[in-house]
Amino acid sequence: MAMVTIDGRRVEVDAGTTILNAAKKLGIDIPTLCYHPDLAVQAVCRICVVDIEGQKLLQPACAFPVQDGMVVYTNTPRVRQARKMNLELLLARHPQDCLQCVRNRNCELQALAERFGMREIRFEHELRGLPEDHSTPAIVREPDKCILCRRCVSMCHDVQAAGVLFPSRRGAHTLVTPVFGRGLDEVACALCGQCIHACPVGAITERDDTERVWQALADPNKHVVIQTAPATRVSIGEEMGLPPGQIITGKLVAALRRLGFDKVMDTDFTADLTIIEEGNEFLKRLKEGGVLPMITSCSPGWVKFGEHFYPDLLKHISTCKSPQQMFGALVKTYYAQKAGIDPKDIFSVSLMPCTAKKYEADRPEMRDSGYKDVDVVLTSRELGRMLREAGINFDDLPEEEHDDPMGISTGAAAIFGATGGVMEAALRTVYEVATGSELPKIDFEQVRGLGGIKEATVRVGGLDVRVAVAHGLGNAKKILDLMREGQANYHFVEIMCCPGGCVGGGGQPIPTTMEIRGIRGAALYEADKGLPYRKSHENPAIKQIYAEFLGEPLGEVSHHLLHTHYTPREKYPAVAKAVCGEAAG
Amino acid sequence: MEFYRSHVLVCGGTPCVLEGCKGVRDALIAEVKRRGLDREVKVVETGCLGPCDLGPVIVVYPEGTLYQKVHVSDVPEIVEEHLLKGRVVTRLAGEGVQAGVVKYEEPTYLGVQERIVLRNCGTIDPESIEEYIARDGYRALAKCLTEMKPADVIEAVKKSGLVGRGGAAFPTGLKWSFTARADADQKYILCNADEGEPGTFKDRLILEGDPHSILEGMAIAGYAVGADKGFIYVRGEYVLSIERLGKAIEQAKALGLLGADIFGSGFSFDVEIRKGAGAYVCGEETALIESIEGKRGEPRVKPPYPGTEGLYGKPTVVNNVETIANVPPILLNGADWFRKFGTERCPGTKVFTLTGDINNKGLVEVPMGITLRRVIYEIGGGIPGGRGFKMAQTGGTSGGCLPKELLDVPMDYFTLPEHGSALGSGALLIMDDTHCIVDIAECFMRFFEHESCGKCTPCREGTARLHEIVAKIARGEGKPGDLELLDELGSAMQVSSLCGLGQAAPVPIKTMLRYFRDEFEAHINDRLCPTGTCGT
Repeated sequence: MAMVTIDGRRVEVDAGTTILNAAKKLGIDIPTLCYHPDLAVQAVCRICVVDIEGQKLLQPACAFPVQDGMVVYTNTPRVRQARKMNLELLLARHPQDCLQCVRNRNCELQALAERFGMREIRFEHELRGLPEDHSTPAIVREPDKCILCRRCVSMCHDVQAAGVLFPSRRGAHTLVTPVFGRGLDEVACALCGQCIHACPVGAITERDDTERVWQALADPNKHVVIQTAPATRVSIGEEMGLPPGQIITGKLVAALRRLGFDKVMDTDFTADLTIIEEGNEFLKRLKEGGVLPMITSCSPGWVKFGEHFYPDLLKHISTCKSPQQMFGALVKTYYAQKAGIDPKDIFSVSLMPCTAKKYEADRPEMRDSGYKDVDVVLTSRELGRMLREAGINFDDLPEEEHDDPMGISTGAAAIFGATGGVMEAALRTVYEVATGSELPKIDFEQVRGLGGIKEATVRVGGLDVRVAVAHGLGNAKKILDLMREGQANYHFVEIMCCPGGCVGGGGQPIPTTMEIRGIRGAALYEADKGLPYRKSHENPAIKQIYAEFLGEPLGEVSHHLLHTHYTPREKYPAVAKAVCGEAAG
Repeated sequence: MEFYRSHVLVCGGTPCVLEGCKGVRDALIAEVKRRGLDREVKVVETGCLGPCDLGPVIVVYPEGTLYQKVHVSDVPEIVEEHLLKGRVVTRLAGEGVQAGVVKYEEPTYLGVQERIVLRNCGTIDPESIEEYIARDGYRALAKCLTEMKPADVIEAVKKSGLVGRGGAAFPTGLKWSFTARADADQKYILCNADEGEPGTFKDRLILEGDPHSILEGMAIAGYAVGADKGFIYVRGEYVLSIERLGKAIEQAKALGLLGADIFGSGFSFDVEIRKGAGAYVCGEETALIESIEGKRGEPRVKPPYPGTEGLYGKPTVVNNVETIANVPPILLNGADWFRKFGTERCPGTKVFTLTGDINNKGLVEVPMGITLRRVIYEIGGGIPGGRGFKMAQTGGTSGGCLPKELLDVPMDYFTLPEHGSALGSGALLIMDDTHCIVDIAECFMRFFEHESCGKCTPCREGTARLHEIVAKIARGEGKPGDLELLDELGSAMQVSSLCGLGQAAPVPIKTMLRYFRDEFEAHINDRLCPTGTCGT
């Protein structure tokens, strides 16, 4: 233990605690910018510097460990002067176009400028004049806004193991960029969007597709259908000013109807369908000696990551499309037939917690209905913008139900949005389908929670089924590397690209921290408990669609509409392109 | 070894190489042979002799006669007159040398110096381990390994008062003790030879002139802290240093002075060379470590310090070349001997590199605490053309600029900071009164803007802004408030930058504002450059 004095008040903390955290215990809020509770300490912005008695230099509170007897001052004149100077330097290089910025009023730099009362910037206002990156359908980078805190770099390398963003060049020319200044489309980016959550400013954002949705809603010839992803029902509230973890399913449906969507249906329905298809695929692989372990395929960020980094393991990935794409394929076939609408008039929108879903919807193979199965993907944040613009107030809204026929779902589908949820949902169904008997205990606690890699063994009939769950690509990488070495002794693996699962998706409200991911996930398990059906195979709408349209799981229609294939991709596409391009030229 | 009556030392330092010393060496060897003197006279290519703008330089021993600007065409005359007839060739011997019969004396240039670090530079053939051994080389290592415990070695270095010669002046023995205490399966010794400070070339000349002293010093450090692996991180531009270090490592390994079980003591030590790619910041110890690990050369946040968590996360000692070169003599002669040189607070010597407006440019080793005046006027031979002294920048580009009022301040690691400057790496840049302070400031600030690694805010943005403001003043576009802003920005950078680069970058401008403020004011208020240098 260490006794430290901060601003004249004493506090006892564990030795090695940072000054920042020791001060927090005293209720002293030291300003930070490059610090993020979930990421490696950067200590580069030099905003959190403090004075330590006996030290000539100021030290960053976010990184500096306390020692017994240390005396710290957080607001001496030279501390204040250094902080304001560093902030002034950052602002002089920043566009300061807050009114036009997507992060207006949700920006850490802006908040600091306000906190420090920055009224004058004495340096020339000079931007670096760097090109924006609009190369992908998912993520937009505006490097001129970047303040070089490197949180995105840490997220991309340390947490997500993709490692596509780097600091490049030096001095005032430093920028964070994919290799060789290429666009994100030319590197092995999973498009997970976690860098957006890391970014304190508006330098990395999702591509905004709201205008295309507004236009479709205004078009009398379009039948606009929206599907709502599991994780959005516990996060959209945050966009509307509610605290994290509020289950707002009913109000969300009502809000979407008020925006003008013709039908509000549920991705949870196709989540249940995924369980039926994927569960049967798993049982088939088990029975027929297929490739094991089988890995889940619902997370498009993970799929793209796998295509880039583990092309040799693609045969392990379930051929099932993600729930979004199953829905997209069905809305322009099954639903179109049932409703008697020409599929060309259907405009299919999905509400997703995810940026990679924008890319997934654009994949050339996702047109099995004969049309683009999902026309536009909206992230939680984009929908939040639309709801606020439309002046929809959640307080005034009634709770409404999703529309038929793809609106009924189970608790198993709801928990898809949390890490371990797909595995738990699959086990509930696989057990009962395989054994024909009722599951004694429906909750699989071992695969819940925010542990990086979770493992469980479940007795199904005569077999001990070994399963593993990883969330965040860094954790996924550990399992995948084991698989590559032949050391992974699993039958079934769930991989979610984003930490916490889809509740922590790259399209979710800002801020999204580990703590908030946990709260949203817990809310999904609450939602599960409150639903009449909790196993996918008990969903009456699922039974109905097999009876009316699909025939049987893994059948001909399923094969055509609900399953897909994967494409090996380069690990360093830009390098390959540069080298091969030159050789060819 | 053969015995010879005369040795002709040909300086093989880079400046002399550029001036054609290799041709002079070959001509000397051929002429000596032609005259049948090759069993009496030995021609040796050495490391740097010091007077770098007088090259090619040769010294004839035992007399110690120094000949400067020697060309191939001068060689027959030198052999004929000096080596055969014993007469000094006065036209090549520099000012003040009397004609007549040669007699034994040290060259005047070397006279006021105390050579500990440069003890072998210019004296031995750096490519001959035998010559190093003949000058007591590897005896200190033998003594450590056979007579001393590691703790005794550290104690001796502590007692000597040796502090780091790279600029930070951290007590070397204390640094070693941190790593010695750390519990780890692997420890490392790193020699920082990424000499990037403009105007500094002492490390290069030590490496070129006496590479074995570095290997020996590193092995002693390894024994003291329990490390069996060392890396020398050398600037890639130091081609000759790298070549000679490579040869020295091979020779030491061949004789069992590096490698496994040295002197049968059970202690093993290996050294490898790593080449830097030219970033100034890689001279900062943690950036250097990142670079060796193959990462972008950027400083790490400290703590943890390299002593406990350095290269590949293992306890690591990082010492400058000059610091390491001091180690063998200290161990051999004892701490008390070392403390006879220099000052009480700062024992030993310092190698300075003299550049700028000074007659004798080059390398000198003098006791710590010597005054600027003595270095400039006694050793440096004063300012060319008898012009007036304007300022001296001590410690390299990141050092302070001192006016003539401070010519008598003792130069050591503790006194100079009291005047806003630093001893730093030992670079001394002398400027006469024809130069404009603002013009010089602009040049220095441009350097830092270019070399900032871009990691932390104050350095990345601050270096660019310091340069921008100074450049405007130089162009006659300065405005009231600029000097206050420079001061304020400089102070913030000094206390809040992540590493020494950003902390030191404002030092020259801060001292210039302190001692030459009126010149800045003239540029701003009167749009006038008092020396007529700037385009104001």
